Amino acid sequence: MNEQPKLTPVPSNAFIPPRDIDKSPILECHHLGIDFGGLVAVDDFNLTIGRTEIAGLIGPNGAGKTTVFNMLTNVYTPTRGTILLDGKETRGLKTNQVCKRGIARTFQNIRLFNDMTVINNVLVGLSNEMSYNVAASILRLPSYWKAERVARERAMELLSIFGMEDVADVKAGALPYGAQRRLEILRALATNPSLLLLDEPAAGMNPSETEDLMANIRKIRDMFHIAVLLIEHDMNLVMGICEGICVLNYGKIIAKGVPEEIKNDPVVIEAYLGKRGAK
Amino acid sequence: MIIFQHLLNGLRLGSIYALIALGYSMVYGIIKLLNFAHGDIIMVGGYIALLLIGAQVSPVIAILLSILGCMILACVIEKVAYKPLRSAPRLSLLITAIGVSYLLENLAQLIWGADPRSFPSSKIIANVNFSLGGVTISLTTIVTIVVAVISMIILNLLVQKTKMGKAMRAVSEDTGAAQLMGINVNRTINYTFAIGAALAGIGAILYCCSVPQVKPTTGYLLGIKAFVAAVLGGIGSIPGAMLGGFAIGMAEVIVNAVGLSSWTDAVVYLVLIVVLLVKPTGFMGRSMNEKV
Amino acid sequence: MKHERTIPTPAKYLINTVLTVILLAGGTMLMNAGAFNRATTAIIQQIGIYIILAVSLNMVVGYLGQLPLGHSGFMAVGAYAGALFWKATQGVMPSFLTILLGLIVAGLAAALFGVIIGIPALRLKGDYLAIITLGFSEIIRICIINLPNITGGTPGLLNIPKYSGFFVVFASVAVTCYVIHTIMHSRHGRAILSIRDNEIAADACGINLTYYKVFTFAVSAFFAGVAGALYAGYQGSLFPKSFDFMASINILVMVVLGGMGSMLGSAVAATVLTALPLVMQSLSEYRMVIYSLLLIIVMIFKPSGLMGQYDFSFTGIIENIMNGRLFRRKKKAGGTKNE
Repeated sequence: MNEQPKLTPVPSNAFIPPRDIDKSPILECHHLGIDFGGLVAVDDFNLTIGRTEIAGLIGPNGAGKTTVFNMLTNVYTPTRGTILLDGKETRGLKTNQVCKRGIARTFQNIRLFNDMTVINNVLVGLSNEMSYNVAASILRLPSYWKAERVARERAMELLSIFGMEDVADVKAGALPYGAQRRLEILRALATNPSLLLLDEPAAGMNPSETEDLMANIRKIRDMFHIAVLLIEHDMNLVMGICEGICVLNYGKIIAKGVPEEIKNDPVVIEAYLGKRGAK
Repeated sequence: MIIFQHLLNGLRLGSIYALIALGYSMVYGIIKLLNFAHGDIIMVGGYIALLLIGAQVSPVIAILLSILGCMILACVIEKVAYKPLRSAPRLSLLITAIGVSYLLENLAQLIWGADPRSFPSSKIIANVNFSLGGVTISLTTIVTIVVAVISMIILNLLVQKTKMGKAMRAVSEDTGAAQLMGINVNRTINYTFAIGAALAGIGAILYCCSVPQVKPTTGYLLGIKAFVAAVLGGIGSIPGAMLGGFAIGMAEVIVNAVGLSSWTDAVVYLVLIVVLLVKPTGFMGRSMNEKV
Repeated sequence: MKHERTIPTPAKYLINTVLTVILLAGGTMLMNAGAFNRATTAIIQQIGIYIILAVSLNMVVGYLGQLPLGHSGFMAVGAYAGALFWKATQGVMPSFLTILLGLIVAGLAAALFGVIIGIPALRLKGDYLAIITLGFSEIIRICIINLPNITGGTPGLLNIPKYSGFFVVFASVAVTCYVIHTIMHSRHGRAILSIRDNEIAADACGINLTYYKVFTFAVSAFFAGVAGALYAGYQGSLFPKSFDFMASINILVMVVLGGMGSMLGSAVAATVLTALPLVMQSLSEYRMVIYSLLLIIVMIFKPSGLMGQYDFSFTGIIENIMNGRLFRRKKKAGGTKNE
């Protein structure tokens, strides 16, 4: 079995956990590709993610992982292929509309609202859950008070997932690194996504923090019944929580499968360690 | 024939804009700053030449000293006002540049008064006109165009062939990498300012000769128009700045020729707005996107 | 957590309302009693107008984090719209209504220009946004000069009814500050701040960047327009020269010195810089030089402005006193921006 390099069967349903099998997938990518001025950055990217799956996207540096995230959130417009979110195409939407349709993300280099307090960072994520208009906020109508109160309670609930209620009024930029990464996840969760994209959530964390993070990602999936797709270099985390893994190298998928398969796949080992490592 | 006459006038005006636009373009290329004070350096150059000639200094020396004055001023501004802010947010740097421009203008007003002073252009370029088949060409026009073209050729050689030119291109491409390659970034930036100011100094003399007057606000409108030219040509690109300068000069002359002179400035701004909206990178610029 | 004593929200609003009414009524009474000479009265009125201008520009510069250089253009639109409205309707309605309607017309006209200019301009950033707004405001000024039938052109628009008394000006100041404060403390305000802090992240959080940028621009332009009308009603005459690039810079200096993102800072800077010439009459020649030097020095040594992002809250101070602290303990300012 190990001898067989898995070169992209199209599109693969290999990841979908049994509990999601009778439901339609949350995300389908068909033959996705993007060129930057003649350079093919990602090509023929096919991926299906189940409703409540935790999936991993791994690969060496420069393989095009973050580019995939940018295409999923329409930061970049794919040159080829289609993205179906919950069965509907996202082509032509703006990034903020994609968010409203249910994809939330974090960033590799943390992008918090540094000069705003922690709770306000989460409240920005909750913005679209509130519906009062400008007149209501100027005249301080009851709809304002009610929406603000509900949103604040919700924000504190979200903060409590990572035990961050105490720092609610601290400026986000003043938080330690690990807390900033956690806050970014909470802010993404606040937008009420059905698919959460995490770009290297464990980067810069120590092993015990990573351990906590793994438990929390699972907890989030179970609490919110959402799918998670994460980019990560920490193999313990990837192998520990991902149900399906997709390996990208030079913009192409070189392997897909469950963690056990990926771990022993010679093509993957070669991509990471070079030819001799594959022996 | 009248068209040829306008063409020449447009070319004259355009070559002055081009010289000044080069300064904006080079500085923007290297530290991503819209150097608002660039226009006011021209004004200072004009005053220096005016005062020196007034003091019976020979015109050649006066011109050289005024160009030198512009270069020194630009380097001082860079050292004192811009360098401390190199790692600060872009907004702070831009506001500082506006502050410097404002300071120079008001200092000039304080020292030399708000009223325009007539510039002794005849002492620099003789007031001679040639008639060529119905077209009148002044010596000023010829000198302006020739001097501008020569300056631009020299600049191009400087940037393409010399070691410092190579360093300038490297720093504008990637400051960090250039530094790691052993390029003295601070000195390179200073050189860029000095060269830009030298061109501005030449532009100042040519402009003052054709107007011929100097006032504290001379630099403001001239600077804005030259900046428009730089944007039009594609900021950061040297041939672009020349092309943009000529285009703006021609546009202005055409608007005047059809009798809408009170709308000239509005047309220049309109050109700017349209260019920024339709093709913000200008004729020859490159696009820059923030990496996500 | 330690229990903090707080004032209930309705009481806060009551305290602030009462305070505003007392200040407005007291000021008007003092003015009517002739407590100040003419020069002082004029300066006080000017201060009010500049507070509105600075506070409204602060919304775009300090809260949205963009740098437009055309605030005087919106002021001009409002000034001419308001003045023409007042000249046309003088004596038709009770003066209270005329004044109010004139201010609203002025604000809406400026806001309309804000939207028209904002939609294309806000696609650009940084220096490009600065220069394009400068271009727009200069075009507005050139149009005013070249349409003398409507605007009076360079000789000016004269005989504008002098409606901008102390009460009108400072009631407008209060309304401006209230509206901007309430907007900034709502989901809309948080969206605006999030764009300033990180545009890409705000986009990814579902914030409609274009909508909020244009919205902020329009609100800012609205109040600039109101200030313009107040200026018209204070001067009694309008000249295109009053709305040039330098006027925009003057307002920008106030915002930057006061602290970008601090409404109090903008208001204080507007007050000080407007009153300065009166206090230091001998220095009036040097005023502009001092302004520009201040601008450079503040940028080099304290780029966040004198007040940073600190904002004043009267009830907040009462709460601190109730909790046994006289002054707010200063929290460490936010960390570095990672851009």
